[in-house]
Amino acid sequence: MKRLSRYRRHRAAAPTLLVFALLAIGTTFSVASATPNKSALALARSAVIEEGKQLFLKGCSSCHGLNAEGGAIAPSLIGVGAASVDFQVATGRMPMADMSTQAMRKEPVYTPEQVAALAAYVASLAPGPEIPGDELLNYERDGSLAEGGELFRNNCAMCHNFAGQGGALTQGKYAPTVMGVEPVHIYEAMITGPQSMPVFSDKTITPEEKLSIIKWIKAAEAEPALGGASLGRVGPVTEGLLVWTLGIGMLIGVAVWLAMKAR
Amino acid sequence: MTARERIAGNVANYVDERTGAAAWMKKNLNKVFPDHWSFLLGEIALYSFIILLLSGTFLTFWFDPSQREVIYDGEYQPLAGLEMSAAYASTLDISFEIRGGLLMRQIHHWAALFFMVAIVVHLMRVYFTGAFRKPREFNWIIGVGLLTLGIVEGFLGYSLPDDLLSGTGIRIAEAIIQAIPVVGTYLAFFAFGGAFPGEAFIPRIFIVHVLILPAIFLALITVHLMLVWYQKHTQYPGPGRTEKNVVGYPLMPVYMAKAGGFFFVVFGVTTFIAAVASINPIWLYGPYTPGQISAGSQPDWYMGWLDGLVRMAPPLESYLFGYTISWNILIPGLIIPGLMFTGLALYPFIESWITGDKREHHLLDRPRNAPNRTAIGAMALTFTLVALINGGNDIIAQQFDLSINQIMWFSRIGIIVLPPIAFVITKRICISLQRSDRELVLHGKETGRLVRLPHGEFVEIHEELSPEKKWLLTSHEQNGPLELPEIDKSGVRRPSAIRNKLRSRMSQANAEVAPKVTGKDLNEIEHH
Repeated sequence: MKRLSRYRRHRAAAPTLLVFALLAIGTTFSVASATPNKSALALARSAVIEEGKQLFLKGCSSCHGLNAEGGAIAPSLIGVGAASVDFQVATGRMPMADMSTQAMRKEPVYTPEQVAALAAYVASLAPGPEIPGDELLNYERDGSLAEGGELFRNNCAMCHNFAGQGGALTQGKYAPTVMGVEPVHIYEAMITGPQSMPVFSDKTITPEEKLSIIKWIKAAEAEPALGGASLGRVGPVTEGLLVWTLGIGMLIGVAVWLAMKAR
Repeated sequence: MTARERIAGNVANYVDERTGAAAWMKKNLNKVFPDHWSFLLGEIALYSFIILLLSGTFLTFWFDPSQREVIYDGEYQPLAGLEMSAAYASTLDISFEIRGGLLMRQIHHWAALFFMVAIVVHLMRVYFTGAFRKPREFNWIIGVGLLTLGIVEGFLGYSLPDDLLSGTGIRIAEAIIQAIPVVGTYLAFFAFGGAFPGEAFIPRIFIVHVLILPAIFLALITVHLMLVWYQKHTQYPGPGRTEKNVVGYPLMPVYMAKAGGFFFVVFGVTTFIAAVASINPIWLYGPYTPGQISAGSQPDWYMGWLDGLVRMAPPLESYLFGYTISWNILIPGLIIPGLMFTGLALYPFIESWITGDKREHHLLDRPRNAPNRTAIGAMALTFTLVALINGGNDIIAQQFDLSINQIMWFSRIGIIVLPPIAFVITKRICISLQRSDRELVLHGKETGRLVRLPHGEFVEIHEELSPEKKWLLTSHEQNGPLELPEIDKSGVRRPSAIRNKLRSRMSQANAEVAPKVTGKDLNEIEHH
């Protein structure tokens, strides 16, 4: 202290103090002025959430409850996360057309912005799975094709068919086709487990493996019909149908022609 | 005589002097075959068999029937670096690396489907026209044998590539073997050389598929055709056609040309379909691993009805003397098919027992003139069709937005209820058609021309049928039911009364017809 007070009257003391004071003021100002900026972002966010809430109240609350708490006919959405909302609403499954066995894929009712607002609102209720970003979804770079096929046959083919064409489940429920589905929606389906589908957590199937599955699905989608018309890639049923109609039909036609008497 | 004719004559003479073939050829090349499109259905099966032999031989050059594990390093990238059996890898190589291999695989598989379709359609023709009657019962049994072996051969064939779908089928076959009471487990171990899947099964079924069964097929087909040759072909009734003659074209040159041409047509159609439509895309199924399964796993259609029966069976199981009896597999997987094939093979004998008809028949029946037989056939087909539909229940549910459970219940109830309904409806339709034939003979064809008579009455002109047509509609036999009195002449009850009662009931049902037009009826019409 003594040492410091010795320089009290040093000629550099005043300018030094000034520099310190200015620094202090500047720092204080910048800290103080940063707060209003952050709150502006939060304000924008809350505006999106608010928009989502309004959309939710109009379009969803009659079944899912005014606070997304669920009801007799629809589950609670608290904690389902943005990924769930994005999958269900952006693929047109929600809102449901009717209360039949299962929500089916159709033209989405909401625009992408509205979907984002709904997702933000539901995500604001409680933490849940988030929508995977584009950087995460680079399946072409991060996925492995053959491994994806192996994973698909191990985990997905039992419901979605060997070529991802979909399949029947009990009581009229079904596993839809995975052909023509956006990669982000495939990913979301795996992490949220919509409808009859189980959740494939990151411990069961790592994010990288999920990308491999998506890569294989996209390759299967793009694969040309290698042996001629694919007949729906559903196995021998359509093959049997073809041979019993067109196949034997052509041959019987020729047989009738051969057995006709020359006129 | 030109030089060419002289050379041909000399060659023929040279051969004849050493083999004596001329007389035999002269006799047999002039053999007459009746002409009808339905007589060509069996030929489709024969030609498909030849196509199967040719294309199958091609495939054996590259197929490696081994379950040894290999790492795939071929062209098809979605499977690159995966472990798989040599059988599967070599099938992939045939599909993607052997020139024309995929086409040959597809020709082979489509030809197999054609083979089975043709057998079934041919069987239907033989059944519904009564061509199985004496003296052709043995040939009928050989035919049923070919059908049964065809199902087995087809199943073994599509099991060879060891892909995910066929492995699933083998797993089900193993389960059905295991369901045989007491010895099932041992039989399964015997067949697979240990626990499923093991490494013995593919090599074993390969030898059965390419050697044992084709040899049996060749033998049976040869006997089948020799019997047709020896017994002569049946023919449809018509003017000039009797039980003692065959009306048609000689083998040489007309039938030779037609049959030879038809072979190329069958080959062409099979190749066309194989070129434009994919079949059994094993690269999509993936290699077989017991831990994997695909939704909508299906057998080929000729196994589909068996699969359908198993799918609809309610879960019944008993535990007797330390053995598990899986009725849900045993009944639909073994007992019902066993009964069906036995009944099919014995049908000629059952029918002749019911009718008491022990005579030879070379003239065919029109299906309507044997209402009972036609109705039994419709009943059996309905049963099989319901089972087949249930075999594809998951695909049907998925494609038509139906519930798999509802389809299963439809099949469970339908397989019991629908066949009798089909029987009754078919029989009624047959008898109505007989009535309409009778109407046609008695009153002629309605021409639609209305004439007003001088006193104002309108009448429609009926055109009388040609004598040929009348012959066709009236030439068939209508035998009454068997007379099997319960009490014999001395007033004593016969010991076989119950059996006779059953026989006479069936005989009566069999003899239910609309009476055909007789000469007496026509005379009455003349007098009007």
